[in-house]
Amino acid sequence: MPEFGKHIGLVRKRHERTIGGALKEFLQFIGNITLFGIRVIVSVFRRPLEFGEIWMQMEDMGVRSLPLVCSSGLALGVVMTLHTRSTLVAFGATALIPRVQSLSFFVEIGPLVAALLVAGRVGAGIGAVVANLRVTEQIDAIEVLSVDSFKYLVVPRVIACVIVLPLLVVFMDACGLVGGFLSEYAVSHLPPQLFLERAFQGVEWSNFVPPTLKTAVFGFIIGTVSSYYGYTMNEGTQGVGKAATNSVVTCSLLVILADVILVKVIFLLFPGSAV
Amino acid sequence: MTGPTPAAVVLDGVSKCFGNKQVLSGVSLSVPRGEAVCLLGRSGTGKSVTLRLMIGLIKPDAGDIFISGYNISRLEGKELSRARCKIGFLFQSAALFDSYTLYDNLALPLRRLTEKTNSEVKEIVDRALGQVGLAGDKQKLPGALSGGMRKRAGLARALVLEPDVLLVDEPSSGLDRITASEIDDLLLEQKTLHQTTMVIVTHDVHGARRVGDRFAVLDKGNLIALGKPEELENHENETVRNLVGAK
Repeated sequence: MPEFGKHIGLVRKRHERTIGGALKEFLQFIGNITLFGIRVIVSVFRRPLEFGEIWMQMEDMGVRSLPLVCSSGLALGVVMTLHTRSTLVAFGATALIPRVQSLSFFVEIGPLVAALLVAGRVGAGIGAVVANLRVTEQIDAIEVLSVDSFKYLVVPRVIACVIVLPLLVVFMDACGLVGGFLSEYAVSHLPPQLFLERAFQGVEWSNFVPPTLKTAVFGFIIGTVSSYYGYTMNEGTQGVGKAATNSVVTCSLLVILADVILVKVIFLLFPGSAV
Repeated sequence: MTGPTPAAVVLDGVSKCFGNKQVLSGVSLSVPRGEAVCLLGRSGTGKSVTLRLMIGLIKPDAGDIFISGYNISRLEGKELSRARCKIGFLFQSAALFDSYTLYDNLALPLRRLTEKTNSEVKEIVDRALGQVGLAGDKQKLPGALSGGMRKRAGLARALVLEPDVLLVDEPSSGLDRITASEIDDLLLEQKTLHQTTMVIVTHDVHGARRVGDRFAVLDKGNLIALGKPEELENHENETVRNLVGAK
């Protein structure tokens, strides 16, 4: 019996240590990533601002993400209309389909889906590329050449994410509307002019601008978190894949969590946007 | 008769450990201007760590490192950047920026750290690439080059700012004997023509004998021998004899 009690005690101790260790690790991660984010913000205001690098990253993230964002927007637009139609038909309210479509895209679907797509494509890319630069000693080489590797590699990527994501959301919203129109036209032959008229009926700037601009915060999260995983990676080639995976998972999770907070903030600042 | 040449590289009681592992223990070394010292030793004895300490990529736990008069171990930020302008570093893997052409790899430090015009940068880069036999490859990406070509390009980049001190990590690693010999020729030329001080980490004793004036042998984090190759051939320590012995 005393042996059994000792065993239980050991198991409990190990369990406590594991939970304690995991909590400590989690808090360390939160602290590190916060410091990393602060360093990014401080570095933005230090010269030189790497305009060439920022432009290159914007091109890479923006232009190359456009096909994914547009095709997803188009498909989601079609699917959304199909779903809303089947529900609204029962109430004889099919005239509301364009408005439901535009509001749902402007307010939530566009910003959130675009952010999650960018978290997948760009976040993984940044995590893997920066980690690879670390593994192949290219970050060390940049430092050796007296160039601030953080400012040269991390800051332009974060700035590019912040600028590009709201622009991609605009494309996603537009493609969502086009997809919705095509789907609606196939069923009811609704003229495009009438669809647009109904789509923007009762839609205010506060339904479009704040939700679109909140994605700048998502961009900051994606750029910072994925750069953090890449820049601080120290596990050799195996770590490159790990950095990419961790970037996608953490960015997606943080984007969704940030969305909850930002929606509440938008409702507080722009009461008219609560539809 | 000239007086003693001031040392370009000084390590004074440098120690470094990673976790519980003591990698360097009180290493002291002085390299006069224009001399090439080859760091020899078995794998994992702290040779590459010594080079990384010299360029300030890692900081020592104890001791000081002076390069061209700068105390590298105590510098941070802009002061460290200024000191690094005097030091060239050739990485084992060459560490060329793989998204940049060879030309841009070499032009980067010139554009960032000097006030040179585009035409001056072009002239310097063309000359540097010409010296290592890569004049016709300047628009190529590093991925399109062989190991030897990458190493030569890495050397050209390390020398493009005309450093006082050149640190070289495994110049012959992964290369055949002929290509390794070409890299040695380039190092020798740099030493002879420009009196560049060099610290070379290598396992290739043949190359080390051609380029190095003195050998420093590290074992388990301690500097166990320092001297001319012929002096170390009959050293009392067997590890030293084994490392230096093969001609």
